[in-house]
Amino acid sequence: MAMSDTQLLSVHGLKIHFPVKEGVIVQKQIGSVKAVDGVSFELRRGETFGLVGESGCGKSTTALAILRMLSLTAGRIVFEGEDITDYDENQMRPVRQRMQMVYQDPYGSLNPRMRVRHIIGEPLVVHGVNRRSSEYRARVDELIDLVGLLPDMADRYPHEFSGGQRQRIAIARALAPAPSLLICDEPVSALDVSIQAQVINLLMDLQAELGLTMLFIAHDLSIVRHISDRVGVMYLGRIVESASKDELFDHPKHPYTQALMNAVPVPDPEVEAGREQQLIRGEVPSVRNPPKGCHFHPRCPVAKSMCEQVAPALLPSAAGSLVSCHLVADGWSAAERSA
Amino acid sequence: MGERLLEVEDLSVTFRTDQGIVRAVDSVSLHVDEGETLAIVGESGSGKSVTALSILGLIGDADSGRIEHGRISFEGQDLIAQNDAVLRKIRGNRIAMIFQEPMSSLNPVLTIGKQVAEPIRIHRGASWADAYEQAAELLKKVAIPDAAERLNDYPHQFSGGMRQRVMIAMALACQPKLIIADEPTTALDVTVQAQILSLLKELTREANSALILITHDLGVVARYADRVTVMYAGRIAETASARELYSNPQHPYTQGLMESIPGLGSTIGSRLITIDGQPPDLANLPVGCAFSPRCKYSRDVCLQKPPVLETVGEDHHRACYGYE
Repeated sequence: MAMSDTQLLSVHGLKIHFPVKEGVIVQKQIGSVKAVDGVSFELRRGETFGLVGESGCGKSTTALAILRMLSLTAGRIVFEGEDITDYDENQMRPVRQRMQMVYQDPYGSLNPRMRVRHIIGEPLVVHGVNRRSSEYRARVDELIDLVGLLPDMADRYPHEFSGGQRQRIAIARALAPAPSLLICDEPVSALDVSIQAQVINLLMDLQAELGLTMLFIAHDLSIVRHISDRVGVMYLGRIVESASKDELFDHPKHPYTQALMNAVPVPDPEVEAGREQQLIRGEVPSVRNPPKGCHFHPRCPVAKSMCEQVAPALLPSAAGSLVSCHLVADGWSAAERSA
Repeated sequence: MGERLLEVEDLSVTFRTDQGIVRAVDSVSLHVDEGETLAIVGESGSGKSVTALSILGLIGDADSGRIEHGRISFEGQDLIAQNDAVLRKIRGNRIAMIFQEPMSSLNPVLTIGKQVAEPIRIHRGASWADAYEQAAELLKKVAIPDAAERLNDYPHQFSGGMRQRVMIAMALACQPKLIIADEPTTALDVTVQAQILSLLKELTREANSALILITHDLGVVARYADRVTVMYAGRIAETASARELYSNPQHPYTQGLMESIPGLGSTIGSRLITIDGQPPDLANLPVGCAFSPRCKYSRDVCLQKPPVLETVGEDHHRACYGYE
């Protein structure tokens, strides 16, 4: 696979299967959880790719796999032109300077017994900077300023901070080794609404300022729409649709994407009063035992018999997006649904 | 709307904590009419759940909470003055509650059938056989497939969405006049959230029950609420009909909340308008308006004492000294 200059990360055919075992002393594998089952996408330098989906769809597992914190069942990951698929821990360490993660829960992801200064500086120490050096102090001070915290906060402990401030600390820590890729896994979902906007603005400012590439994982569609350039929608371990933000939100093509958009209430009573709700039935099936064929077919309002047998491939549509649906491939569109 | 069903007047609730006495709910007044849906909106620590628990008489000795003062009148009866025996006859019968966590609010060692039948047996004096029969009907109503067969299942055999359906069936069991749902779908996925809320709304309408919907999701409020009360730091900031609140928000906090949501239809890519500062610390509130440290209109009068609710339109009230 040729790597163009603009491409930062390429994930191809990624599969992460977790074994399900039975037995106490002698364990034998009785099945597997296919958390990620054939996911491919690319990140271009400087862009934000949003990954959305409901719980259990595999979006966080995908993130952990990119950081190589999980072993891959199949697939290939190329980062900055380097094939890191088979890297071991020693080989990964320098790579992880360039890809960093911001986690969902700012209460659980900061060590309560470390001062903010040392939390932010820890990645520097891990990557060989001396804690007593002036370089270390200067970098930490710079980072604290960068994420909008005050200099005198450096010597406090995490419990003295609110959720939004803690997430700023987590972002500063992630930025410490000057990564080119920032993976944000639900970075604002644990925060109050009035604080979410502050953190989103900060991430967007930092991206523009530092030229970061971001993989932004979330289930909140309005936030993903705000921050992303392109968006991928996941369902049960697979990407069902991937497109530029405007194309995806203005012309969703996959029946699941359409259902997801319809399920999210718009914060405007006037709009809501005039909107027809199309509820999809059922719930997300277990990844332990996903449906045959298209994973979405048991809940799909337009499923045909073919959908029960054959898993659709992710194919380019006329509008330039990628859609994994037999009907869309055959020229079906949302207009036919209401007809 | 129908007759006045619930009236809360000047309610204050305090908790003893390590940081001293904290007033989680401060001088809250609100009302619910028969059959209407009132949304209580606010961020964590705004006092919305404590208000709900007070209505149910669930602020007690165990959690060091205390109702400082106030009056809660339901169907003309003052609830605060009642003893536990009377409250037990009301809870689950006239007023039902649906909690946020369907995973932990069902008893894991009792069958679903027993848990749904129990309120019918207790409050209606039905025999177990009759109660089970009604339970099966209720489960069918909340769209649980093979309802009669599933009576003997245990909660762990149900998914999150199914368990919340069971909670709704339990809440509806005795046809209560008021259902309080505290973040009923926060733990669920969006496609399931839409199913559950639509079901709840449909069934309460059918039974002419009133609904208090506690949430932080302004989209959910827009879709389901008739009226909205916005809380901040234990006090009511603003209350109005849903349409009025969204089209004409009058409190700077409400305005800030509305502006800070990236709307699904609004211009994208620009900076979001934010509310500056951090959420309030209940143990350490300012003397004046609790929102004043974050308010762009804050002036001297705001720092003196908290503003009281005043009328700014038809059935529209706000607690603000004004910013014109």
